[in-house]
Amino acid sequence: MKEAEVQINRVDWIAVSIYFALVMIGWFNIYAVVYDSQVEKSIFDLTISSGKQLVWIGTAIGLITLIMVADYRFFENLSLVIYLIFLLILLVTPIFGKEVNGQILSIGVGEFRIQPGEFAKFATALALAKVMERPTFDLSKRNYQFIAFGVLLVPVALILLQPDTGTAMVYFSLLIMFYREGLPQWYYVVGLGAVSITLLALGVDNNLYLAAIIFLVIGGLIYLGKKSWQRILAFSLIGIGLIAYIYSIDFVVSKLPPHQQNRIMVLFNPDIDPLGVGWNVTQSKIAIGSGGLLGKGYLEGTQTKFDFVPEQDTDFIFCTLGEEFGWFGSFVVISLFAGLLYRLVIMAERQKTRFSRIYGYGVVSILLFHFMVNIAMTIGLFPVVGIPLPFFSYGGSSLWSFTVLLFIFIKLDSSRATQLGRIS
Amino acid sequence: MRDQRPAVILLVIFLVSGILLAKLFAIQVLDDSFLKRAESNAIQRVVDHPYRGLVYDRTGKLMVFNNPIFDLMVVPREFQVGDTARFCELFRISKEELIEGYNAANTYSKVKPSPLIKQLSTTDFARIQDFLVDYPGLFILTRSVRSYPTPTAAHALGYIGEINAGQLERDTVGYYSQGDYIGLSGLEKYYENELRGQKGVKYKMVNVRGVDKGPFKEGEYDTISIAGKNLTSTIDLDLQRYGELLMNGKTGSVVAIEPKTGEILAMISAPFYDPNQLTGAEFGKTYSKLNNDGSKPLFNRPIMATYPPGSIFKIVQSLIGLQEGILTPNTTFACNRSLVACHNHPNPVNLFGAIRNSCNPYYHQAFRQIINREVSSNTFKDTEIGLNAWREKVLKFGLGGPLGMDMSGEKGGDIPSSKLYDRVYGAGHWKYSTIYSLSIGQGEMQVTPLQMANLAAIFANKGYYFTPHLVKAIDGDSKKIPAKFQEKHSVGIDARHFDLIQDAMAEALYGTANRAVMKDLVIAGKTGTAQNPHGEDHSVFIAFAPKEDPKIAIAVYVENAGWGGRAAASTASLMIEKYIRRTISRPELQEYVLAGNFIN
Repeated sequence: MKEAEVQINRVDWIAVSIYFALVMIGWFNIYAVVYDSQVEKSIFDLTISSGKQLVWIGTAIGLITLIMVADYRFFENLSLVIYLIFLLILLVTPIFGKEVNGQILSIGVGEFRIQPGEFAKFATALALAKVMERPTFDLSKRNYQFIAFGVLLVPVALILLQPDTGTAMVYFSLLIMFYREGLPQWYYVVGLGAVSITLLALGVDNNLYLAAIIFLVIGGLIYLGKKSWQRILAFSLIGIGLIAYIYSIDFVVSKLPPHQQNRIMVLFNPDIDPLGVGWNVTQSKIAIGSGGLLGKGYLEGTQTKFDFVPEQDTDFIFCTLGEEFGWFGSFVVISLFAGLLYRLVIMAERQKTRFSRIYGYGVVSILLFHFMVNIAMTIGLFPVVGIPLPFFSYGGSSLWSFTVLLFIFIKLDSSRATQLGRIS
Repeated sequence: MRDQRPAVILLVIFLVSGILLAKLFAIQVLDDSFLKRAESNAIQRVVDHPYRGLVYDRTGKLMVFNNPIFDLMVVPREFQVGDTARFCELFRISKEELIEGYNAANTYSKVKPSPLIKQLSTTDFARIQDFLVDYPGLFILTRSVRSYPTPTAAHALGYIGEINAGQLERDTVGYYSQGDYIGLSGLEKYYENELRGQKGVKYKMVNVRGVDKGPFKEGEYDTISIAGKNLTSTIDLDLQRYGELLMNGKTGSVVAIEPKTGEILAMISAPFYDPNQLTGAEFGKTYSKLNNDGSKPLFNRPIMATYPPGSIFKIVQSLIGLQEGILTPNTTFACNRSLVACHNHPNPVNLFGAIRNSCNPYYHQAFRQIINREVSSNTFKDTEIGLNAWREKVLKFGLGGPLGMDMSGEKGGDIPSSKLYDRVYGAGHWKYSTIYSLSIGQGEMQVTPLQMANLAAIFANKGYYFTPHLVKAIDGDSKKIPAKFQEKHSVGIDARHFDLIQDAMAEALYGTANRAVMKDLVIAGKTGTAQNPHGEDHSVFIAFAPKEDPKIAIAVYVENAGWGGRAAASTASLMIEKYIRRTISRPELQEYVLAGNFIN
């Protein structure tokens, strides 16, 4: 038995290798952002971001060691405690935190600051795994849905107090995990339908065209189907509701703060605000687009060396990669992310306990969302949302939180034989 | 059904990756417009630097203005000279200069602009402008440097220089960027926010070669820079220049104040320098030269040098004694030279005589009565209580701490409290005999020349002062100067006590500073001598005039010039005459000061 344990209790080196590959590529890119051929500073120089990032990487390895030597039951048993602790920290952040540009994102003493919104992600994933692990927990039932969404929405509400819309959005990525765990499919159909109609309403200038199309489609459905009065009434109401919704969107958007309005509208027309929000997206696209197939070469980028895009080493780090390594570089990094996510799904499916599987899908959900939204926004496929690219972006809170998120799952995965032993 | 769900999630993962890669392929490989835009980077953001505010003197004469200069800049990587001989002819430089300049620029950076020809004149600039389009990598950088039509008042005006990393970090509103100029001392620093104006931003369309193709969208997004505000200084340019003439070759300070307003009429720190030396390209070189100069020309003596106040402080002692009821005009003490040294004068003296003759034993005895009031039966305790109570009264004269004028770096001097003596001698181990030097303004006491000039203003005003300041109006509006300069400070001494003081100060001139006396202008003054353990004593004199309606209060320090009645009193008397009469009627006295031979 003992020997078998040793054999099966193995760390998934594929996932770990991809993690380190991404972290190292990210580190080299951070150096490329701050690199200035006039002022030769080493990548290890602690006065620039790359030097500091190396310190974060070092401490992240420390965290990994701690997680790997800990007992896997620790995370399971303390998941709700960890969740409550981070809720408490989130609660006090607006009071004791440090305000920057009207947002209070971080809390801490002096130089040592963390962004609790980042860490609460893994805490929420753990808590959901704990709550949903019972065999009787069934997401197709209304009361269980309430519990699951409750656990999800409390941190979201607290993060919106900071206010940090981008990070709050990340939590909704856990809907992917809910999907795996049996939340009815029609929720997603309706939700995605609503999103598509919203995008259409925003993107098409004249709502009259959309209304006409809906009118025709509904009319056609009524004409083709059974002509009972209940059916005609139901379809008519749906049609009127949709048209009303389309017209209400413009109204809602006009009530949003101007900078958020711009962030949405710039998606459809980058020239709407070419020196404001559009400036970032346009410059980001110029940087990436000018990379070509093979890129301009490491440290040879011209666009990302100037201050075209703010937050170049955090949220817009992908620009540097795209410019200096071209489509080939983008392909490698996107493949690494896709490979990691694929691997994590495989790992999640091989878990022997619901807890581990649910947490695994939580990790998949959060990473997928960050990866998708961050890169999509740099190439103008998604509104500018201030969220980092996992393992890549500069910053301690971000790197630490993603590392913890991932490695708790790797630890759970490596202990699955023991877990099985416990259950049987 | 549920078993399909992991597959659906995998599908989503690959679909997302595929869409991202497809979009990236579209913009990176298929669409080469981004590459072109990166090369041209069509819109250039150009910061429009505002004109820095000008500085005028109190009579409206220009003291500081902006002189536009044009540097021909070169970007080595883009620069193509073509026919060298023709280039040299057009730009009127020798081939050697061109090679040297280009190499220097190339060493600095291949892609960043460096100056090739510095400080072109306006006519050269106009001539060159037309040829510029033929030479890629060359452009004209227009800057303006501070210029001073009269090379005077360098310390008061201060200088500007490139912002450093620390200042950039402290700039929390993000106004400044690397390479910006910022006030580093004097008025330039204190009134930085008023003088700097507001930067504007222009968006320009440029082609690959950086040639201007006009404003972007007809300048719709441009913001116009707002010029800085002009300052009207309180300085009287003629008086300031005359003071510098008198102090030339000497070391010391002259501070002249208009007593009724606290406006500084002249502020001279000798040795001084020509403010034009610290402008533009010369700054770096000259600054280190001045900074390493043994005579410390950058040291702003009027507000940074501290000396013991000496005999002049006896007036403050007299006023405190009168206000406390310890002294009356008739209080008499013997000139007991066993207590402290003195010089020959009638004996005994009343208060008037004590000021007139600057009698040391008189103040030794008077100060004992001010300090030891027998509040406590313990002599040590009694002295401590008395000293601290006395100190509070002295501080009201604007001593013992910076006055808060509009210039940074002002020293506060020192008026000792019991804490100092406790530290040196231990609590309960010192009494009046330890601190008696304070009675005649010696010992552990330090004041700045500015504070001494302010004392003269207080004596002239009979008990109040306005914080001395260098700016009279901002953009012509006197209400815009900081509110603290419009606030009257009382020193807590009744006006009636000043009559005797003023009379004695006027009379004292005849005894101690005959040279300073003027026939038809009554000057009230007091000499002092700041003891200098390192050499000849410093000559000190404060005065105000005319006595009946004071227009000017002045303090003069001439270092290593001995007795106050000579160098300092003569200088002060000439300054007063210059300010009130606008002309000098005593050329021989002026010659005496200019010659600077005060010791023998």
